[in-house]
Amino acid sequence: MSTAAAVILWTGATFYAIFGGADFGGGFWDLFAGDPGKGERPRMTIQRSLTPVWEANHVWLIFILVVLWTGFPDAFSAIFTTLYVPLLLAVLGIVLRGSGFAFRKSVEGLRERRAAGATFALSSLVTPFFMGTVVGAIAAGNVPAAGDGDAFSTWLAPLPLFIGAMFVATSAYLAAVFLVGDSRRAEDREMEVYFEKRALAAGAVAGIFAVVGLIALHSEGHYVYDRLVHEGLPLVIVSAVCGVGMLGVLLTGGRFLLRPLAALAVVAVIWGAFVAMFPYLLPTTMKISEAAAPDATLSAIFVVFGVACVLVLPALFLLYFLAQSDMLEHEH
Amino acid sequence: MPGLDAIPLAASATSNLFAAREQMAFTLAFHIVLACLGVALPATILVAHYIGLKRDDHDAIELAQRWSKAMAVTFAVGAVTGTVLSFEFGLLWPHFMERFGAAFGIAFGIEGLFFFLEAIFLAIYIYGWKRLPPWAHFWAGVPMFITGIGGAFSVVAANSWMNQPQGFALDAAGKVTEVEPLRVIFNPATPYEVPHMILAAYMVVGFLVASIYAVGMLKGRRDRLHRLGLLIPLTIACIATPVQLLVGDTAAREVAKDQPAKFAAMECIQDTGGHQTEYIGGICTSSGVKLAIPIPDLDSLLVGFSPDSKVTGLNDIPDDERPPVNTLLHLAFDTMVGIGSALLLLGLWLAYSWFKKRDIPQTPWFLKAVAVSGIGAILALWSGWIVTEVGRQPWIVNGYMKTSEAVTDANGIWGAFIFTLLLYATIGTVAILVLRRMSRRWREGGEGTAEDEPSPYSPEEVGV
Ligand code: HDD
Ligand code: HEM
Ligand code: HEM
Repeated sequence: MSTAAAVILWTGATFYAIFGGADFGGGFWDLFAGDPGKGERPRMTIQRSLTPVWEANHVWLIFILVVLWTGFPDAFSAIFTTLYVPLLLAVLGIVLRGSGFAFRKSVEGLRERRAAGATFALSSLVTPFFMGTVVGAIAAGNVPAAGDGDAFSTWLAPLPLFIGAMFVATSAYLAAVFLVGDSRRAEDREMEVYFEKRALAAGAVAGIFAVVGLIALHSEGHYVYDRLVHEGLPLVIVSAVCGVGMLGVLLTGGRFLLRPLAALAVVAVIWGAFVAMFPYLLPTTMKISEAAAPDATLSAIFVVFGVACVLVLPALFLLYFLAQSDMLEHEH
Repeated sequence: MPGLDAIPLAASATSNLFAAREQMAFTLAFHIVLACLGVALPATILVAHYIGLKRDDHDAIELAQRWSKAMAVTFAVGAVTGTVLSFEFGLLWPHFMERFGAAFGIAFGIEGLFFFLEAIFLAIYIYGWKRLPPWAHFWAGVPMFITGIGGAFSVVAANSWMNQPQGFALDAAGKVTEVEPLRVIFNPATPYEVPHMILAAYMVVGFLVASIYAVGMLKGRRDRLHRLGLLIPLTIACIATPVQLLVGDTAAREVAKDQPAKFAAMECIQDTGGHQTEYIGGICTSSGVKLAIPIPDLDSLLVGFSPDSKVTGLNDIPDDERPPVNTLLHLAFDTMVGIGSALLLLGLWLAYSWFKKRDIPQTPWFLKAVAVSGIGAILALWSGWIVTEVGRQPWIVNGYMKTSEAVTDANGIWGAFIFTLLLYATIGTVAILVLRRMSRRWREGGEGTAEDEPSPYSPEEVGV
């Protein structure tokens, strides 16, 4: 039963990584789009494809938090008493990002728009990085079960920092790939080439960080490393195949497989991590079953999750459907 | 609690405790105002929308449009500040979540569900202004009204549980071992706290929106749009007010019964017994209330409908379980009741004038009163929360866990708090500026401008 609850937690993390990741990545490219003249077109493209969904992306984070504190209160407390510094910085990023989202369409004047936009963009960098260090610190086994681990050495270590960097690069990659897809659909050659270049660069960087991260994992997170290259191997292979396949699609100008492949590559990594950490929630200090709340609470989580699927998914589809059909109209 | 007395109350923990409480109180107070908008603005918008469609009234439609665009901004800020609160549970009160998350946390899952749905339907609703058939569009907005109420229900149920915890069993170490989710959610404080909060949201939103139009009318903008913009929300708020006072009265009696320490502190009752005096205003001291207007026997009368009703005094509460700062509590309670009564009078004034001559009272004093009513309702809201939260101290979970046991040992809470103050001050200022500019644009642009107003939830494109 506790494993099922952990699967729900991971499902939330998967959605957050894909949708939230692409969203943060959009901010990343916004940040590096250059001066207002040069950057205007890419910024427009980014805003067009990302704005309506910030809230929907963000809500997965809330979902993860709630499942964690309700379903695994001990782990929640251990993580928050140890890694409060990066968590605080991540939440700062979220506040700035959300406010930027709220305000930037409504403020007037180039200067203010740029200030709001810059806040939005800069925070897109900060949040995934510090989230990554949190995940890295957990994977490295640096979070003691009783909590109150060292406030700095637990995450200011190679593995967490590499994972943080990898999170940033991966989200930039995801976003660029999504944007290439959008540009191809809109038959916007200029933007297509623009984001193709960036997707390739970000993909290469993310790949390098992944390899370096793996080496760091070998030295800092033995347990996770061992399971990742044994039990988790199929998923690692799936991820790598998708990564390479995506490169192929990118270079050959295809557009349909692009998003599914990008998403699948990320999904495989996340579930690879699940397999690698199993049966631990905090590797080698706290097992999933040890951290879990009483059964009745877990059942309540299942019920809420079930209701969420029944109510939220159709509503979300309706929204995406309306937004997409509208965009198509505009473009033709 | 056995085993928990061991947690050291070192100097750093005490100062952390104070900093963490201030931080929590400040961020909650900020969030709750936005939350009220999320809870009660949908109904207000829909009433205007309905009137607009039924009577083919362009002004009413225009209002619904403007309010929905404004709500998009406040909703997004509400989501951000709500996220901060979620992190704060872990960053400030990790031991509370560790011990009671399994019981207390469920409600937040339900809350998340409701607010997510609300965000989606808000987006659909805003999107629908130009694109959906009129009545389909109206019905697409109705889910927002339900989700607002559902969301408020679930969070406030969580808070009620902190006041009246039940539905769980503890092991020897004080950890939750068994949970009955339904008993957690439907605890004895839920039946009065939840409606009291939802009505408060309707009052805050009604008076606040009306006060904006009252200010406009005082500046001489007496067109039909302003009159409608004043009347619709004001009517809603004035209907909510008397009900609110009844619910509040019930709440007070329940608190006297179930949370005697809180009641004694907010009424400044020193000694248990009958014939308790009701003090209005004043400073609470252990030798009685100073500078207050005393009304003999009234307190007993209110609690038990008889002057002989016995009310528990602070002398029967152990020293270390008495709420702090009784004067603040007492004044906060009086402020809430006082403002509630004043708003009731405002409602009666409107009703009288309406039934006599089908119009709002003509004197500028009425508009001036409406103009401050929004701020007043917010003050009452904050005061009520101070009564609830500070009055529960020193407990975080009434009778089970002290707040001092819940707080984090992390360093730097004061720094974080000061930073939060600055950050929120900026966000608040920008939010108000943005809303004011939107309204100025609408005023200058005339009817139809709001329709094209870009909003965070709408898919229109906009240059950077
Ligand atoms: C517009 C706002 C507003 C108004 C006019 C009132 N209240 Fe209130 N009150 C609140 C808004 C509020 C609240 C939303 O702030 C609280 C905090 C927690 C809650 O459930 O509602 C609250 C709490 C609260 C409590 C504490 C409940 C607890 O701790 O469990 C009591 C005893 C009252 N109220 C009583 C009253 C009475 C007797 C009122 C008028 C005659 C009154 N309230 C008007
Ligand atoms: C459902 C909603 C709420 C929950 C779950 C909640 C929870 C908490 C928690 C965990 C604390 C810290 C521990 C404590 O001091 O008791 C706290 C403190 C506090 N909260 Fe709430 N709260 C809620 C709503 C509010 C709101 C809306 C306000 C708005 C004004 C508020 C005002 C305060 C204050 C003033 C304190 C500090 C108490 C003190 O300093 O002694 N609360 N609340
Ligand atoms: C009486 C207390 C509260 C009420 C009535 C309330 C209500 C609301 C409302 C209406 C929203 C939607 C955004 C908006 O309209 O501005 C919201 C958002 C949110 N609230 Fe609160 N809230 C309360 C207290 C809390 C507390 C104590 C927490 C802490 C966990 C919290 C967490 C959240 C979160 C995470 C969101 C964002 C949801 C999203 O992203 O869609 N709220 N709240």
